[in-house]
Amino acid sequence: MQQPKDLLSAEHLTKIFDIRQGFSSKAFHAVDDANFQLVTGKPEIFSIAGESGSGKSTLAKMILGMELPSLGQLTYKGKPIANLSKKEKRSWFYSEVQPVFQDPFAAFSPLKRIDHYLFETVANYKVVRRSEADKYINGVLEEVGLSIAEVKGRYPNELSGGQAQRVAIARALITKPSLIVADEPVSMLDASLRMSIVNMFRKLKEENGVTIIYITHDLATAYYSADRIAVMLRGWIVEMGPVEKVLGNPMHPYTQNLKDSIPQADPDKVWDKTTNLAEMEADEYTRKGCRFAGRCPAVMDKCKTQEPPSFQHDGRAVKCFLYEDAVA
Amino acid sequence: MQGDAIVEAKDLKAYYITKAYGVERTVKAVDDISVSIKAGEVYGLAGESGCGKSTLLKVLLGDFQPPLTVVEGSVAYDFEGQTKDATKLSEQDKRDIRWNKVSYIPQGSMHVLNPVRRIQDTFHDFITTHKGTSKSQSYDMTRKYLRDLGLPEKVMRSYPHQLSGGMRQRVTIALATILWPKLIFADEPTTALDVVVQRGVIQLLKDIQQKEGSTVVLITHDLGVHANLADRIGVLYAGKLVEEAPTRTILKSPKHPYTQFLINSLPTFEERSAREGIPGRPPALDHPPSGCRFHPRCPMAIAKCSSIEPKMLELSPGHRAACHLLEEPNHAAA
Repeated sequence: MQQPKDLLSAEHLTKIFDIRQGFSSKAFHAVDDANFQLVTGKPEIFSIAGESGSGKSTLAKMILGMELPSLGQLTYKGKPIANLSKKEKRSWFYSEVQPVFQDPFAAFSPLKRIDHYLFETVANYKVVRRSEADKYINGVLEEVGLSIAEVKGRYPNELSGGQAQRVAIARALITKPSLIVADEPVSMLDASLRMSIVNMFRKLKEENGVTIIYITHDLATAYYSADRIAVMLRGWIVEMGPVEKVLGNPMHPYTQNLKDSIPQADPDKVWDKTTNLAEMEADEYTRKGCRFAGRCPAVMDKCKTQEPPSFQHDGRAVKCFLYEDAVA
Repeated sequence: MQGDAIVEAKDLKAYYITKAYGVERTVKAVDDISVSIKAGEVYGLAGESGCGKSTLLKVLLGDFQPPLTVVEGSVAYDFEGQTKDATKLSEQDKRDIRWNKVSYIPQGSMHVLNPVRRIQDTFHDFITTHKGTSKSQSYDMTRKYLRDLGLPEKVMRSYPHQLSGGMRQRVTIALATILWPKLIFADEPTTALDVVVQRGVIQLLKDIQQKEGSTVVLITHDLGVHANLADRIGVLYAGKLVEEAPTRTILKSPKHPYTQFLINSLPTFEERSAREGIPGRPPALDHPPSGCRFHPRCPMAIAKCSSIEPKMLELSPGHRAACHLLEEPNHAAA
């Protein structure tokens, strides 16, 4: 069989939830027409960024097969994720695609020793024989800068947040996955620890060839670690392209707003303007026209009635009418 | 007490002392810290998790119970000439001072608001306790205050679960400041919020502080937030104050190696070259390292760092730091 070109491919991917209020119900597009491809054999860190409530986690859940898409296609190595049987998921899909979640202390039961999870994963996926499990797990822990002596027999509360998150990543590495979906892996950690986790992602990409989907609202670490970035707003991907382009010189007013809002530890770069906040999340999701129109500084009349399409401009896709007539 | 100080801690030592099954354990979370916070300023406290920031705040707030014990030192409040020791408040004093004069904005706003009461009723509970107002008076006050702060009026009739995290945090800030306290303590008010909402919360805090000239003590590990809000910054490490200076000075020319690490470990948008986090992690405070507590992680440590504790040195007016390297000017850490 020919090796499919795309590791992961999303085409017109959409997830619709219904909000019910009494007898009426409103359609709520948590992810709306997302299109992106990750290519096999070219490991990269693909960052998905945006505010809370922008649909990042819904997208992650669909990639992990935990939510079914309402419309569109989502395929992993050419196979639609939604159509995988339970058996295929267990024996094949989850050994290829592994998650890392936000809160390591919520991911591990406080009543179980933390090394239990590592041994259990080895046994579940029959990665190595039982007698070799110790050695194998130590090797995986070394990848993340820990050793088995540091975690063996310890409960999650005995580890620091950074250590626990490293163990969570080590657990994800056990099956030698091709794709890791990391949903806000550093937002619970201190700024100084964040760097050690994203440095590890860079190392995993370069040395182990793992593709990483790095979901975050922290643009600074996204800029530091990612190759490509998709910026999400209320279910839409509003800007997508190489990270140097999108964050180095943001074009969509929302990306500009996001970048400006990062507090910089530099007294010469404090904010001089104030920002508008969204009043209510659900209002933005169901608004006609562009979903950013309510707080966009460059809003035009048609933004309030028509949905902007994606334009190719300066090496990226921008979903904004400002770039309609611009020369690509 | 210094002339313009509103709260001043002197040689403060606060330890968690526990005794279980005959084993006594002392965690020195705040160890010999002196700070003086001036009326009308925003004072930032920075440092990694587990370095004593929140413990210091609890003691400054006068809200602590065993096992946390103040072993030595004092915390003096000064409200228009009326002085009080925060470590020895009576129950009556606490009731008089809290929310009226001293207020507290906690970290997880989601858990503060009563989930089964509308926001306006929570506000009424707070206001009536201190002012004895009727329901309609409380509602009027709340409506006016929310409008002043630019929050939508809709929130008054909402339940907490109907609001987003950022909105709940702003409501909590409004609740904590509606009685115009002189002194506001904020413990990581923006952690767990995303950047745009965080910016809104910081704007709100700044507005309130400037309108009433209140004093804010702000805890966060995010130096970017400090840069935008604080006038002065104190950096804590393992229960000790290691450096203190006006915001611009400390961010532009940090002197203590730990502060330098904190600032340099942050990624910026100027360059993507590899950056390292601070090696190792903060020590456990029941057996802190001898000498300078940072020496096991410090790349510039010299022999005496492991045995002699460095003294606080005044480097320039208002800028002090505790590091042996600064004692001899030619060795000064760049």
